[in-house]
Amino acid sequence: MAQRIDVKDLNIYYGDFLAVQDVSMTVEPQSVTAFIGPSGCGKSTFLRTLNRMHEVIPGARVEGSVELEGVDLYGSDIDPVAVRRNVGMVFQRPNPFPTMSIRDNVLAGVKLNNKRISKAEADDLVESSLHGANLWNEVKDRLEKPGSGLSGGQQQRLCIARAIAVKPQVLLMDEPCSALDPISTIAIEDLIGELKSEYTIVIVTHNMQQAARVSDRTAFFNIAGTGKPGKLIEMDETSTIFSAPAQKSTEDYVSGRFG
Amino acid sequence: MTITDSPPRAGVRPVRRRRSSDRGFNRAFRWISHGAGITILVVLAAVALFLLWQAWPAITAGGEQLATSVPRFPADTSLLAYVGPLVFGTLLAAVLALCLAVPVAIGIALFISHYAPRRLAQLLGYLVDLLAAIPSVVYGLWGFLVLAPVLTPFWLWLNENLSWVPLYGGQASTTGRAMATVGVVLAVMILPIITAVSREVFLQTPKLHEEAALALGATRWEVVRTAVLPFGRSGVISAAMLGLGRALGETMAVLMILSPGFSYSLDILAAGQHQTIAAYIAADFPESTGLGINTLIATGLALFVITLAVNMTARWIVSRRKEFSGAN
Repeated sequence: MAQRIDVKDLNIYYGDFLAVQDVSMTVEPQSVTAFIGPSGCGKSTFLRTLNRMHEVIPGARVEGSVELEGVDLYGSDIDPVAVRRNVGMVFQRPNPFPTMSIRDNVLAGVKLNNKRISKAEADDLVESSLHGANLWNEVKDRLEKPGSGLSGGQQQRLCIARAIAVKPQVLLMDEPCSALDPISTIAIEDLIGELKSEYTIVIVTHNMQQAARVSDRTAFFNIAGTGKPGKLIEMDETSTIFSAPAQKSTEDYVSGRFG
Repeated sequence: MTITDSPPRAGVRPVRRRRSSDRGFNRAFRWISHGAGITILVVLAAVALFLLWQAWPAITAGGEQLATSVPRFPADTSLLAYVGPLVFGTLLAAVLALCLAVPVAIGIALFISHYAPRRLAQLLGYLVDLLAAIPSVVYGLWGFLVLAPVLTPFWLWLNENLSWVPLYGGQASTTGRAMATVGVVLAVMILPIITAVSREVFLQTPKLHEEAALALGATRWEVVRTAVLPFGRSGVISAAMLGLGRALGETMAVLMILSPGFSYSLDILAAGQHQTIAAYIAADFPESTGLGINTLIATGLALFVITLAVNMTARWIVSRRKEFSGAN
């Protein structure tokens, strides 16, 4: 299931503006990779190029290549819709579809993919996805209630259940805990630890303790100043980044001297 | 270095007291807003009372009395039997218009909000708003001078080939001055309001929900289906009700196009079958006196009740699934 991502010489533009410059990295399968860095350094922008979500903004484009198990996601014959079906995403703020029940939210992606599934299969999928997101016990008695009635942390886990219901290869998380309280944050972090046995997980976070807790490898992004492009400064084992980083700016950032 | 205001000197009053003029503004604003709310109620009540008061003589008069003093009042019937076909005609015209206008309006609104390039979308938006600015008398003229002759061959074809469809039966009009043409003109008239309101609602769709659908691998149409339409549903219903209100009350265009009649016929291609309440009042009012006027006002009362009922039904539909509306 989990697949490896190879990024080579990636430049990201909004129109003529170079937002992120010259990123090359490898994201290992069945591991958690964290992106850290100050606000505006382009880590979220870069994350969104991994499932071509940045293209939603008019004028956004990339140079370079992003390969998923050797397949270039930006190849001329690749449909961005197909990319997003393989690379799932969880957003900063929980966003279950408000007009759908909990059950329909979990099934939303599967129904989009035009698969006709029987009721029994759907029931199984709902249960396994909600189990996978550690939410089943809390919602099993109210699957027909609206998803927007859950607490913030439950909603975010519902969004994770929705993302894994389509069985993606990769799961991208864009600051998934920044709108949650500490208890819900712990629940999501535990979940990330469980999910990494099956998925390649990339998480953007502002919280360095969180990166240290959940990730195997950490990438530090930085920006030289306003209007300058964001860059990947270094990427290494998480323990190395937080104890003995190669770059001075990384050390300054992880020790809280700036950012 | 930081820039601050000069530090407060000792002896200067530390907290500015609330000035009495502030309270005055607060109070004035409260009265203005309360007053505006109350005015609506008063106007509505005044209209309802006026209609009831003026319609009362016709409501209490017997059928024979009405038959002698009201032109075109059929013998041996009651007021209800007289108003009935008018109510039917009014509803038929409005429903036809709504059925034609709502799908087109949703289509245009979606195109403007989610498909068209920004410049084209702006231009289209202006054009649609412009449609709303055309006076109804112009629509009426256009309807019977231009549209009716253009549509007549099409209506005749429908009548000839699809007459087994209940709506297309009967003797089709050769001048096009039938309910079908009225429906088309009314649809064009209510199109702008439905489009404008729907477009605004669609544009309000939270980015978050659209991105949620996109990230699951939704195509543009699937984003519209899973995020935009469910979010805009109650807004579109409100828009349709606004349109329906205008279609129910439209007078001039109907008066100028429709060849009137008093039946419960569904044959929308036939002339001399239907009449709407508003057009009927406008046509007969100048020649009516005494009980005739009371009878016309009684039909107006019927229109008032219908409009109220339609609006309340719409509100009920919208509130029924409030739990799922996304408002919580």
